[in-house]
Amino acid sequence: MPGSIDGLPTYLVLFLAGALATEVWRWLGLAVGGRIDVSGGLFQWVRAVATALVAGMVARMVLFPVGALADVGIALRLLAFFGGLALFLLARRNLAVGVAGGAAMLIAAQLVVR
Amino acid sequence: MPAGAGSAWAAFGRGTRLIVSVPAFVLLSTTIGFGALARDGGFELAHAVFVTVTTFALPNQVVLIDQLMRGATLAGAALAVTLTAVRLMPMTVTLVPLIKGARRRRLLEIVAVHFVAISTWIEGNRRLAAMPEDDRLPFHLGVGTAMLAMVAMMLTGTIVGYTLVAGVPPVVNAALLFTTPLYFFLSLIATSRSRMDFAAVALGCALTPALYLLVPGFDLLLGGVVGGTVAFLLGRMR
Repeated sequence: MPGSIDGLPTYLVLFLAGALATEVWRWLGLAVGGRIDVSGGLFQWVRAVATALVAGMVARMVLFPVGALADVGIALRLLAFFGGLALFLLARRNLAVGVAGGAAMLIAAQLVVR
Repeated sequence: MPAGAGSAWAAFGRGTRLIVSVPAFVLLSTTIGFGALARDGGFELAHAVFVTVTTFALPNQVVLIDQLMRGATLAGAALAVTLTAVRLMPMTVTLVPLIKGARRRRLLEIVAVHFVAISTWIEGNRRLAAMPEDDRLPFHLGVGTAMLAMVAMMLTGTIVGYTLVAGVPPVVNAALLFTTPLYFFLSLIATSRSRMDFAAVALGCALTPALYLLVPGFDLLLGGVVGGTVAFLLGRMR
């Protein structure tokens, strides 16, 4: 990458398009979150939206991945995903077991398929 | 210090212990992926570190580098990043009432919300809500420390990924990237309590991939608003 993008210094572009474009939503969240009634319906609705957003992001990362994960077939990805979920539930909702188990399954499945 | 200095330090200690945790490991493995991406894009290591510190939201960082690699303009890259960042607003709205305490501290809050990201939101939801009133301030400080620990983890990951990724086999690299969605999903299940929570998880998972194919760029936002609204209504039904 050259010292400038779009005619502007690289650091300025990274700051404006990365940090500032991200941070404004946190500031808005602080302004609203500081005065919202936690027991009210509005708060519950925002909570549901936030949860659905994160869940949707998860599904997108698994079904339409980028980078090295895109080279792994969808069947293997889903196998390791639900395998990790099963281990998590079997281990009484232990996060470490679920995450490490799912990752290990993905490695094992790739080695078997090759 | 308010009443109960002992429990204050205990809460502070609990926060710092998050440096050795599932989310810290997941952050480390995903930032390795980010460091590798920045290197592929021809950016310098200092650029990658700068983006991690100032943005502190990995999906946005990946979108930023990806856009610039594809030759996007400043406006194009900023639009793509800001669409990815909209999710941070509802997340911050639900986290602020937990961390603000009885006495408002504006500057500290502005610093604190900079560290709102999926992993810190999940951990906040998981750990903060059960806290008694008296422990609010120390708990806030404990979470702040945890976030700082995660920043250190992210920096380490960025640097490791940038310098060493050529030596990581693709099979392992894929598994490292895979820990992110798996951790997010299992944490959502672990923190879901009500019918509304479970419905929001299911609807978000079902809607967003379909919307990604139909209206790419707006899929996260639409999936969140539509899925969240339906889940909210389902939760209200008797």
